[in-house]
Amino acid sequence: MAFLNDLFVNLSKWLSSFLAQFLPTWAVELIMMLLTIVSLIIFVLVTIMFINWLERKTVGRFQDRYGPNRVGPLGILQFVADAIKMFTKEDITPANADRAIFNLAPVIVVVPTFLVLAVLPFGRGMVAADLNIGFLYIVAVSSLTTIAILLAGWGSRNKYSLLGGMRVVAQMISYEVPMVLSALGVIMLTGSLSLVSIVEGQSRVPFILLQPLGFLIYFISAVAEVNRAPFDLPEAESEIIAGYHTEYSGMKYAMFLLAEYINAFIVSSIAATLFLGGWQGPLLPPYLWFILKAYGIYFLLMWLRFTLPRLRIDQLMGLAWKFLVPLALVNLLVMGLVMTLTQGRGLITLVLASLVANGLIVAAVVTIYGFAKWRRKTMRVAT
Amino acid sequence: MQRMETGLRTETITVNMGPQHPSTHGVFRMIVTLDGETIVDLEPVMGYLHRCQEKIGERNTYLQNIPYTDRLDYICSMSNNMAYVMAVEKLAQIEVPERAEYIRIIMVELTRIVNHMLAIGALLNDLGCFFTPMLYGLRERERILDLFEMASGSRMMCNYMRFGGVRYDLPPSFMAELKSVVAALPAFIDEFERLLTENEIVLVRCRGVGVLPPEKAIAYSCTGPLLRASGVDYDIRKVDSYSIYERFDFDVPLGRNGDVYDRYLVRIGEMRQSLRILEQAIEGIPEGEISVKLPRVFKPPEGDVYHRIESPKGELGFYLVSDGSTNPYRYKIRSPTFINLTVLPELCKGHKVADVVAILGSIDIVLGEVDR
Repeated sequence: MAFLNDLFVNLSKWLSSFLAQFLPTWAVELIMMLLTIVSLIIFVLVTIMFINWLERKTVGRFQDRYGPNRVGPLGILQFVADAIKMFTKEDITPANADRAIFNLAPVIVVVPTFLVLAVLPFGRGMVAADLNIGFLYIVAVSSLTTIAILLAGWGSRNKYSLLGGMRVVAQMISYEVPMVLSALGVIMLTGSLSLVSIVEGQSRVPFILLQPLGFLIYFISAVAEVNRAPFDLPEAESEIIAGYHTEYSGMKYAMFLLAEYINAFIVSSIAATLFLGGWQGPLLPPYLWFILKAYGIYFLLMWLRFTLPRLRIDQLMGLAWKFLVPLALVNLLVMGLVMTLTQGRGLITLVLASLVANGLIVAAVVTIYGFAKWRRKTMRVAT
Repeated sequence: MQRMETGLRTETITVNMGPQHPSTHGVFRMIVTLDGETIVDLEPVMGYLHRCQEKIGERNTYLQNIPYTDRLDYICSMSNNMAYVMAVEKLAQIEVPERAEYIRIIMVELTRIVNHMLAIGALLNDLGCFFTPMLYGLRERERILDLFEMASGSRMMCNYMRFGGVRYDLPPSFMAELKSVVAALPAFIDEFERLLTENEIVLVRCRGVGVLPPEKAIAYSCTGPLLRASGVDYDIRKVDSYSIYERFDFDVPLGRNGDVYDRYLVRIGEMRQSLRILEQAIEGIPEGEISVKLPRVFKPPEGDVYHRIESPKGELGFYLVSDGSTNPYRYKIRSPTFINLTVLPELCKGHKVADVVAILGSIDIVLGEVDR
């Protein structure tokens, strides 16, 4: 069991000690670093293949049909067929497009998604770089995606792309605020920005029990952050064709798709890390727990995508600034109060107090919302 | 204009939505002038699917026109058949046997259910629902199409009705199958409603969007669910009853605000009312002849006639002028969606881009009928 638990860590230890026999230290470190990077990239690519298949299979079941079932057993090789199709498609650059920007955008869009992987703890000791500012790093790096998408929207010289690009900027910048604010609660609890410490801080109780509201806010903003339905306005098919990647074809289009899927998987992983205890869990090896949790949240993303209609741009902005940001601020304040009041009284008091506090916030929101609804109704009757 | 005061110079952009666009329901084009995301102006452009239907109709004999009517509103071929056939019957004063009348009504009401399922599914697709409601609708539609196939041999282009009756009698297993479909459908509509009617996002996207006041609806001569959602009690089955509709007991669902949401509710209500009619028709259908014998060369007397029915999309009328020959001298189609579509620019102004597709979806157009 212990062997399985630390399989990958032991593997890397064994390899580095093996290499150290005939190579200088700097060379060993370099090789190990490269190997880590390569294995991360391979892991992500395999994940994307699997997720792509899983998503299409799930949507099939949601919509009362089979999903892919032609290529390979249960259609699992569908992704290969699609990849071949993407590779062999003609690569079109529109005549009037800004060539440099147009061709640069699909490259830039994937880079930050891979960069984020560096700080994700996949298991005990399985982190490429344990930065002490891990979460800040994630926020900073993932903002770069916005720029890439704006480049794509602007460089295509297509009105749909432009509209999509504008929507992306408005949406992603707005939703970063509640996302960070909701994660601050977790950071207050651990007192560290490092994702490794955050996971270790959840050894006794996952933070979702202390921060259910924070988790909800984080989840909603994360869905918006990666442009998934019901917040998929930047690529709202029924309105603006494909949004910012309307003009892209072949591999360039595939890059956007890739970035989108990786991003969705990464926000699921971050949610699992921040709120569900990351790789912590009984019986199963840590890395399996991590993957299970990430997929669990990813399933929620899919569920939302296939069930809900899309919001409108003004409603989307309203949700972020008028609802999520104030709620996140209140949540932060209440969390601080709870932590100060229950200091030194043990974990159970803290859990109970936070649950009560979160319940109170929800009750307050429901009351205010209900009151507003009731008032609107009575006013309508009066007029 | 508010933005001008801030000193920022802004420009409107013109976007061509269509003719190739995922949510124009065919080849329809809208020239949209946008200020940011807000619609300043919208101009519908039609005619990409123009097939000279009316001119072809003059070339064809009366009988040959029936399959052409299938292809007008290709979702509701049965009700198109019925409108045309009834117009010719009115012209030639043909009496229809009672069993045929019942069969027609069963078919037309089934068509209405099919159409509203698809209309709601397409509307939700336009709202960004990623095909799930659409496919739920299509799943139930399959069973109704199976019924059409049993009766007419074709699933969509039914070509089923004839002057003085229908082409074939119902096969023996038809009524049992129909009963099971009619018994199963209320549960499906309930499921649809559970998923959509109280859905928070559907509510915020549909309420107060594309409001059509009743006066304006009448002024634009809108008909069908679009008009009734504005609260005008005008259903041709009631106000100018044809066939044997006066024998059936059903209500006309009405909206109050005339917005997208009301149109959705009216369609749901109409599906339930159609089921009521179907239940009564199943009870009352007699045995007997399904068609009257007509001369091999059919020549209606000279004269002109206009007959209209309440098709699922609105008032579908055929105006025929006969010069006593085998072909109509004039064959004019009053298609409901073409006229309903004229109100689109009025509905869209001031809304956002995302609302345009929702409003268009709520009008429920089929381009085969808009561009004849």
